[in-house]
Amino acid sequence: MSKKLSPDEMKAYWGKTSSLMWTLLALWFFFSFVVHFFAPQLNGIRILGFPIGFYMAAQGSLIAFVVMCFWNASAQNKIDEEFGVSDE
Amino acid sequence: MAGAAANSSFLNNLGRIYGIYTGTFAGFVILIGILEFFGVPDKILGYLFVFLTIGVYALIGWLSRTAEVSEYYVAGRSVPAFYNGMATGADWMSAASFIGMAGSLYFGGYDALAFVLGWTGGYVLVSILMAPYLRKFGQFTVPDFCGARFGGNTARTLAVIVLITASFVYVVAQIVGVGIITSRFLGMGFQTACFVGLIGILVCSMLGGMKAVTWTQVAQYIILIIAYLIPVIIMSAQVTGVPVPQLMYGQALEKIEALEKTLGIAKSHVAPFADARGNFSMTSMINYFALILCLMVGTASLPHILMRYFTTPSVRQARDSVGWSLFFIFLLYFTAPSYAAFAKLEVYQTLIGSPVASLPAWVSSWGKPGLALVGACDAANAAQIFPICAGVTGNGDGILQLSEFRIHPDAIVLATPEIAGLPYVIAGLVAAGGLAAALSTADGLLLAIANALSHDIYYKMIDPEADTKRRLVISRVILAIVAVLAAYVAGTLGADILFLVSWAFSIAASGLFAALVLGIWWKKGGDASGIFAMLIGYGVCMFFLITTEFYGVALKGMLGDIVTIVKIRGRDVAYLWGINNISVGIFGIPASFLAGWVAGKMTPEASPEMQNFIDSIRVPSGDVALAPGMAAKE
Repeated sequence: MSKKLSPDEMKAYWGKTSSLMWTLLALWFFFSFVVHFFAPQLNGIRILGFPIGFYMAAQGSLIAFVVMCFWNASAQNKIDEEFGVSDE
Repeated sequence: MAGAAANSSFLNNLGRIYGIYTGTFAGFVILIGILEFFGVPDKILGYLFVFLTIGVYALIGWLSRTAEVSEYYVAGRSVPAFYNGMATGADWMSAASFIGMAGSLYFGGYDALAFVLGWTGGYVLVSILMAPYLRKFGQFTVPDFCGARFGGNTARTLAVIVLITASFVYVVAQIVGVGIITSRFLGMGFQTACFVGLIGILVCSMLGGMKAVTWTQVAQYIILIIAYLIPVIIMSAQVTGVPVPQLMYGQALEKIEALEKTLGIAKSHVAPFADARGNFSMTSMINYFALILCLMVGTASLPHILMRYFTTPSVRQARDSVGWSLFFIFLLYFTAPSYAAFAKLEVYQTLIGSPVASLPAWVSSWGKPGLALVGACDAANAAQIFPICAGVTGNGDGILQLSEFRIHPDAIVLATPEIAGLPYVIAGLVAAGGLAAALSTADGLLLAIANALSHDIYYKMIDPEADTKRRLVISRVILAIVAVLAAYVAGTLGADILFLVSWAFSIAASGLFAALVLGIWWKKGGDASGIFAMLIGYGVCMFFLITTEFYGVALKGMLGDIVTIVKIRGRDVAYLWGINNISVGIFGIPASFLAGWVAGKMTPEASPEMQNFIDSIRVPSGDVALAPGMAAKE
C-alpha cells in the first residue's frame, strides 16, 4: 500500500487535499457566521415551534459540523487510496 | 510478555468491558434508589455517589499504570478512533459545559448560543487543518511540533509558555468546579473540597499518564452523558408527552414567547442580537461573532485537545476520531438549550404569579442557606429564608412577581431533577456527572502542562540523557506539583475566577493557532514565521487582556471614545469598540497571522530538508523525513 510519491504526484495529492480543505473551510465559515447573520430574518419561519434562526444556532449548524468532520475523513480517505498512501 | 498480552486482550474487548461497566453503573444507580426508598439520608447517598465514582476512576488509573514512556505520553498510540472520541468528549466538556452552559442559555437566550456554536465548530478546523498532520508527525507534545518545525528550542519554549498560560488558567477553573460540586453535595468547606477533588484527579493520572487518563475519560464520558440526558428526557416526557427534549423544546419556546408578552419582557429568549429593550444591537452582534471566532479557533489550538489525536493508531483513525469526538460532544451541546427552555417555561408558567406560600418544594430546597441557588424575594425578610435574595425587596403582596424571583445559573441543570419531581438519586447522578466532567477536563489539562514541563523542558532541553525510569519519575513529580499548585490557587481565589475559562481560549487561539497552521500549510515559511506568530500573537493577546481587565480607566484616557468602561468583577473593565474582553483573541489571531507572514517573507525560506519534512507529514503513509537537528521518533 505504502510508497513514496514523486514530486508530481505529491503536487497532485496536495492539490486535491487543499481543495477539499478550502471547500470545507468555506462551509465552516457559512455555518459558523453567514447563516447566523440572517438569524433575525430566519426567525420569522417556524418549524415544530422552533424559530429557524434560533434553531440553526442551537442545532442546525452543529449537525452540519458533525457531518463535515465525517465527510472530511471519508473524502480524504478516498484521496489517500487513490494515490496509494493510506496508512492502514 | 504477560503485560502486552493483557493489553491486547483489553483492546480487543473494549466494547464488552465498557458495556459491563455501563450496566454495573446503572445497577449501582438503582441500588442507591432503593437505599433512598428505605430512608437512607440524602447526605449518605451523596457520599456514595462521589466516593464510589472516584473509586472506580482510581481503579482504572491503577490498572493502567505503566513504566513505558510512549504509554505514559500517548497511551501507546493504541486508542481506537471511537473510544478516543469519547475520551476527547470528556476531556473537552468541563464543569462549565455540564453545569454552567444551560444556565447561560437560560439568562442569555439566543446570544448565549455563541457558546454552543463556538465550542463545537472548532472541531471542523481540528479535522481539516491540524489533527491528521500532527498525528503523522508522531511525537509526544504540541511544543515538540513547534520545536521541530521552527528550528529548535526558541520555538519550543514559546509554545510551552503559551501552553502553560492557557492550560493553567483553565485547570484552576476546573478545580474550582470540582470544589463547588463536592462542597455542595458533601457539605464540606470549599477549600477542603478542592483538595478532595485533587486526590480524585491525581489517582487517575499519576501512575498511568495518558494511558490511564484515556481509559478513565471514556468511563467518565459514559457517566456524564447518562447523567445529563436522563433528567431532561423525563422532563420533556412530562411537559410535552414525548421523551425527546431536543425536538420538543420548540413547543416550550413558543409558550415562553407568549408568556414573555404577558409578563412584559422586552428581550425575547429567541431574539438574536437584541438589547435590553428588544431592539437590534450592533454591539451585541459583533460580540456574538467575535466570541464564536475566539472559541472555535481556541478549540483548534488547545494542546490538551490536540494531544488526544496523538494517541490513535493511524492518521486515518485520527481523522475519524475528530468526527467521533464532535459527535459525542454534540450529544450534550444540542441538549443544553432544552434544559434552559424547560426551566424557563416552568418558572414563567408555574412560579410567577403564584402565592409565595405555595411554591413548589424545589424552590425552598435549592434556596435554603448553604445552597442559595434560588430565591422567592417577596417579603421584606426574604433574605433570611433565601440568602440569594440579599438586597432585593419585594412588594410583600404574597404573590411572586418576575422581579422578585432570583435564580443562580447553576440551578438550571442541578435543580431540573427535582423540578421534574424525580427522587434524590437522580440529583446525585447529576452531581456525579458534573464531577466526571470537571475531573476529566482537569486531568487532561494537568497532563498537558506536566508533559510540557517534563518532556519539553526537562528532557529535551535540560537533560536529554535521562533514562526512561528517571523521565517517568520526573513526570509524576511535576504532575503532582502542578496539581497541588492549581488546587491551592483554586482554593485561595475561589469561584470568582471562572471567567478565566474564556480567557484560555483567546490565549491559545492567539498564541498557537497561526503557528500551527503556517507550520503545516505554508511549506516555505522559515523558522521566523512560527516564532513571530507565537510571540506577537501571545504578546498582543496578553497585553489587551491585562490592560483591559486591570487598567481600564488608563486605557480610556489614552484611547478615548473607542473604549467603553463596564463594571464587572468589581473592576472597571475596558471594552474596545464594545467588544467584551473575553474575546481579545479577535486582536491576537490576526496579529499572529500577520506577524508570521511578514516574518516569513522577510527572512530566508525554509531549507529543502525542512520542506521535505513537511511533505512527509502531509502524506499519511511512509516515514517522517526528519531534517537535520530534529530528534528521532521514540
